[in-house]
Amino acid sequence: MEKIVVAYDGSEAGQRAVAHAVAHAEGGAAQLILAHVLEWSPYSFLSAEELAERHKRREQELSRARDAVVAPVLRDLKARGIEVEAEIRYGHVAETLVDIAKDTGADSIVVGRTGATGITARLFGSVAGTLAQIAPVPLTIVP
Amino acid sequence: MKPKAFILAALIALAALPAHAQWADQVDTIFAQSTGWFVNLIFATLPTAGIIGVDLPWIVGWLVAGATVFTIYFGFIQFRAFGHALQLVRGKYSDPRDAGEVSHFQALATALSGTVGLGNIAGVAVAVSIGGAGATFWMILAGLLGMASKFTECTLGVKYRNEYPDGTVSGGPMYYLKKGFAERGLPLGGFMAVMFSIFCVLGSLGGGNMFQANQAASQVQSVLGIPTWITGLVLSVIVFAVIVGGIKSIARVTEKVVPFMGIGYFLTGLVILFANFDMIGWAFGEILRGAFTDSGIVGGFIGAIIQGFRRAAFSNEAGIGSAAIAHSAVRTKEPITEGFVSLLEPFIDTVLICTMTALVIIITGQLLVDAETGRYLLDDAGRIATAGGTAPGVPLTSAAFGSAFGWAPYALSLAVFLFAFSTMITWSYYGMKSWTYMFGEGKNREMVFKVIFCVFVFIGAVSSLGAVIDFSDAALFAMAIVNIIGLYFLMPIVKKELNSYLARLKSGEIKAYK
Repeated sequence: MEKIVVAYDGSEAGQRAVAHAVAHAEGGAAQLILAHVLEWSPYSFLSAEELAERHKRREQELSRARDAVVAPVLRDLKARGIEVEAEIRYGHVAETLVDIAKDTGADSIVVGRTGATGITARLFGSVAGTLAQIAPVPLTIVP
Repeated sequence: MKPKAFILAALIALAALPAHAQWADQVDTIFAQSTGWFVNLIFATLPTAGIIGVDLPWIVGWLVAGATVFTIYFGFIQFRAFGHALQLVRGKYSDPRDAGEVSHFQALATALSGTVGLGNIAGVAVAVSIGGAGATFWMILAGLLGMASKFTECTLGVKYRNEYPDGTVSGGPMYYLKKGFAERGLPLGGFMAVMFSIFCVLGSLGGGNMFQANQAASQVQSVLGIPTWITGLVLSVIVFAVIVGGIKSIARVTEKVVPFMGIGYFLTGLVILFANFDMIGWAFGEILRGAFTDSGIVGGFIGAIIQGFRRAAFSNEAGIGSAAIAHSAVRTKEPITEGFVSLLEPFIDTVLICTMTALVIIITGQLLVDAETGRYLLDDAGRIATAGGTAPGVPLTSAAFGSAFGWAPYALSLAVFLFAFSTMITWSYYGMKSWTYMFGEGKNREMVFKVIFCVFVFIGAVSSLGAVIDFSDAALFAMAIVNIIGLYFLMPIVKKELNSYLARLKSGEIKAYK
């Protein structure tokens, strides 16, 4: 069966991506992997106090991501009879989505378009833009 | 008290102060008088004048001996593990599943932000203005040897840290002294832990606070003409806002800006060296000549050794135990990996950055030499006379950089201010960890320390450099006395960890992820 990684960050763009992927997966046509990436760089700078509290914060961030962001969607999709599992990871968003696709042996990735243009997009890039360059499997960008 | 109320109160106090403040001198005098006995104890000299021509402060011998013992005991680990340390920092051996936890890089960066600071700018200037170019050689050697001390203490810091049910950690010499000594069946671990904590609190008020405030204030005064007590008050208020008011954004911005300041400082120095590349050979010649022969400074080349080692220890904090507090937060199954990573600190801090400062001061001709004899000219205080009569400390480094780039003193003022601030924030944490180790955790107890800390920012800014620098050194070195005794007793534990790790690395049991 086809496997689709769908990036979901809780935003409206993420919901569009999920809706698009669901349209493909309904009726058992595909299995979904609901991927949620927490932006993280091992090269960022933290104060000594933040270092000491990091593990605690990470646990809090993970449980919030699991319970508040991912769980409601997961419940909803399962209720509609869609085969789906969740994957929550830390890292650079686009690169981590690529890793998830590789690790799960997915056939394609679906992301939502955030619509960042101009200076912001130039300075910070966008997840969809980066993925278009580095995705190892076909990529769908949902407008 | 709310930060706003504090700022208001501070402004009222400011308005009531007379412009020419005699009380600043009084603060200075009282401070020097009340700390004199402590300074004298730490810097007591051994009667070695008959043998080597100068009385050697015993504490300098203590630090050299410690670093040398660790270097030999661990078979020159600082050179053997250097490459592996770089791989660890790059995350080659980090499990991707641990993403989101404190990385080796982050612990290193935070510990460095506590050490790279005024020791590198002001301390080095003090060292070469008393000990001449030759002090640089001994500083570099002290940095290289210090890598082994840092390796030992940071490994122990991670191994014996406390992990609490809520996921936070506390670590540092007080924990390894207590738990490590108990594990080996040795007495007095608890006593040593408390002694360390007392000295660490003093050190956080001295080198981690007053010295920083003092140099920041004097640089701002000499470049911008703002009186020291105003800078002191401003710094005090900002530090208060961060550590008491919990305004994390200020600390966060500083943490992000400071590393770039450090890199910028190093690159600027590099440009000056390139512009004078024909003199680099001569400068190293001066460094070697001063390191082994009498170049006219007080105490001959032994004087250069004393200055070099003293300022290196002050700058990179190897053997002092402070870095073990920051490093202990890393989440790793192998405490020894944190030791490897930490040995890069004295290298970056002392061998790279301090040497850069010294070379720039030497090459730009800040130290006056008698053209006929080739010996340094001394002023009345026994310091080497400087071009333009610049005071030792930051002003000397500032003059050196300023002779190449007109804008440098202004950039340096900003750098000094930020370095001072970030070092203060890091050290306020070290001090508080020691404070709560002794008195227990709790909001009110922490508040007492934080308020004391802010008061000392101000005292440091208005005191004279001599009194501050003596007290700062004395407190830091007192930490080293307790810490190094502990390291001697606990180093077999580190050795066991080291051998086991290296064996598993060789057999491929510990594998790279990238």
